[in-house]
Amino acid sequence: MSLNRKYIPIVVTIMLFLVMFAVGSFRYTGFFSFQVLMNLLIDNAFLLITAVGMSFVILSGGIDLSVGSIIALSTMISASLVQQHGWSPAIVIPLVLMMGAGFGSAMGAIIHYFKIQPFIVTLAGMFMARGLCYVISIDTITIDHPFYTTMAQTKIPLPGGNSLSISAVIALIVVVIAIYVAHYTRFGRNVYALGGNEQSSLLMGLPVARTKILVYTLSGFCSALAGVVFTFYMLSGYGLHAVGFELDTIAAVVIGGTLLTGGVGYLLGTFFGVMIQGIIQTIISFEGTLSSWWTKIAIGLLLFVFILLQRMLSAKRSAQKQV
Amino acid sequence: MNTQKPLLQMKQIHKRFPGVKALTNVSLRLFPGEVHALMGENGAGKSTLIKVLTGVYSIDEGVVEMEGVQVSMQSPLESQAAGISTVYQEVNLCPNLTVAENIFIGREPRRFGRILWKEMNKRAQTLLSERLNLHIDVTEPLYMYSVAVQQLIAIARALNISAKVLILDEPTSSLDKNEVQQLFRVIEKLKRDGLAILFVTHFLDQMYEISERVTILRNGEFIGEYMAKELPRLDLVLKMIGKELNLLEQLPQLVEDHEASANETLVTAEGLGRKGAIEPFDLSIRRGEVVGLAGLLGSGRTETARLFFGADKPDSGTLTFADGGSGVQTPRDAINHRIAFCSENRKTEGIIGDLSVRENIILALQAKQGMFRTISRKQQEQYADEYIRMLNINPPNPEHLIKNLSGGNQQKVLLARWLLTSPQLFILDEPTRGIDIGAKAEIQKLVLSLSRQGMSFLFISSELEEVLRVSDRVAILRDRHKVTELTDTNMSQQQIMQAIAGG
Repeated sequence: MSLNRKYIPIVVTIMLFLVMFAVGSFRYTGFFSFQVLMNLLIDNAFLLITAVGMSFVILSGGIDLSVGSIIALSTMISASLVQQHGWSPAIVIPLVLMMGAGFGSAMGAIIHYFKIQPFIVTLAGMFMARGLCYVISIDTITIDHPFYTTMAQTKIPLPGGNSLSISAVIALIVVVIAIYVAHYTRFGRNVYALGGNEQSSLLMGLPVARTKILVYTLSGFCSALAGVVFTFYMLSGYGLHAVGFELDTIAAVVIGGTLLTGGVGYLLGTFFGVMIQGIIQTIISFEGTLSSWWTKIAIGLLLFVFILLQRMLSAKRSAQKQV
Repeated sequence: MNTQKPLLQMKQIHKRFPGVKALTNVSLRLFPGEVHALMGENGAGKSTLIKVLTGVYSIDEGVVEMEGVQVSMQSPLESQAAGISTVYQEVNLCPNLTVAENIFIGREPRRFGRILWKEMNKRAQTLLSERLNLHIDVTEPLYMYSVAVQQLIAIARALNISAKVLILDEPTSSLDKNEVQQLFRVIEKLKRDGLAILFVTHFLDQMYEISERVTILRNGEFIGEYMAKELPRLDLVLKMIGKELNLLEQLPQLVEDHEASANETLVTAEGLGRKGAIEPFDLSIRRGEVVGLAGLLGSGRTETARLFFGADKPDSGTLTFADGGSGVQTPRDAINHRIAFCSENRKTEGIIGDLSVRENIILALQAKQGMFRTISRKQQEQYADEYIRMLNINPPNPEHLIKNLSGGNQQKVLLARWLLTSPQLFILDEPTRGIDIGAKAEIQKLVLSLSRQGMSFLFISSELEEVLRVSDRVAILRDRHKVTELTDTNMSQQQIMQAIAGG
């Protein structure tokens, strides 16, 4: 079977993950276990959820820098309403999700109708959401509501004595839905078309405005959901949560094989991109002697490699066109 | 031959833009199973007519009938609903999606909102193989295929939407010979299927090869509808170019016999060519010689000039200079070989509107000298004054902003800019387009007097009289290749027209 060229980046990503897991297993005792893999999911659930939203944005040819700030704002609103105002999580969580979606769709509408670059609009959104956190409180607000502690501590048992957290399960569900949406719905295909060529999409009669706004709405929603999962994980709301997180998310998507120019990439790739970031962290913590800064260095190097790989593939692509 | 009723009929169409009559009393009839060519030079109104037909522009007067029933064409959607589909020269598809998706996106077969990929791929495969005779893997992304195949896929998308009428807007302009044949086989097949096809082109050979009927427009006016078989090439060209009362003919004959043929060769192109722009050609230019390039729009005139100037890279052939140098890879090389190039796009590739006449004049010289060897203000003023006098630039004020000058005077400033660099070969692409008759004559005189002083010219113009007046030798281009060269002893307008028409 000859490998279709369009699958090369995603295959490279998956292979890289497997190689890293294999290397870790040979080097460190206790690394080769199912639970290590499950922990990758548990520790990176919120990154995975955010990266799913970001994948749609990047596939459509845009970028969303506001995700980290929206996560912080979500934790802040949740903590404040639940702890200080005594609201029920059953109201607070849907409210936070709506806030994220609304924030995203407002940015999407500005990007589309005023024809402004997504970079600058979402940068403004990033500052605004971060600033709003401090309007609520400049201090960290600890959450001890029983619902949140239950969500944090509940372990879903898996065969063989392994377990998953509720957050990880939510993240997995999000990934599965996202893969379906991207490949089996008109919205998903329109996102790819939009990223491929916006002008053509318009002329082919696709709903460009609706798709673009929905993409940022989806990203805002995913960020807010990640914020909710983040509160399960951290049990606090704080304006300094998830600082610089948008860049980790973009890195995960790019390592997952999605082209920053839009139109090319897979949600499954994003899943493995997140897992690779997680496994780098795990390896460094197993190593013991290395500072956690080495994670950043490794991710930086990987990003370079992946951007170069994409460059080479797209150069091949334009060469192909001449034939 | 065709007694059936027209499928689509446009009657007495008028379209005005502020200050311009874009279409005057234009009619068009499209018959099922026929290819109808729409021909005309630049500004003839071809694209306006297409935009009217596709609902992009609304019409001021006149009616459009589809199968005898009047239809409204107020928006692209209405036009599409009436069964009119258009495939543009630039393929408007998404290169990252698969072939099948490009045909079906927006109308994918679905069940409960879920896209049925297998069904879609199967339908795409059938559509391409049955209607277009194209056997390709529809699950491959579009970018894997050539522009020609992409164009066929765009046609497939149009067919799948509804089409009774298919408009092909210059579909062959970026295709090579084999690809054109492939496209034509598809058109023949669609013709048999009973589609009415409007084929917009400026290639004469292709028009004759594929079309039954042809409508000619000139300056927004309807010249006539003819059966292609009954219209000789020369008549076609005459009708497209038109015989206008040309004021220039009243000017005294400017060409005196001057013997450039004895001079040494300055530059020789051998087998110079670029795929999709101009087929390989030979052309040499002597010192003090004016070589004219004649041909219809799109025959490769500008493309030839750009190869000489290094603005496009040739993919075959060589350029050799008398002084031993060879090869022009970039405009910078060309300038070093003392070649100057005045583009046909005066506004976008020539003048810098917000700079003064003086600043515009010294631009090329300054660029040639490099950033650090500045020209003193006094020197600049001297140059500006000299050329304003020499070329009779009006108003004679070097500090006037160039955007406020008339087209003719802007052109003179551009000539001054390059003359200041004392070129040995000056390429002029449509130097007199859109300028008044007086300035036209002045520019022609200037070319002649400079050539007598030993400067060589490559002179491009759509006006045959002008090319004849200034050139010692004329190279004729047709459909992107050099057909022949005519020297002054046997040059007449009739002969050039004949050569342009070919066949």
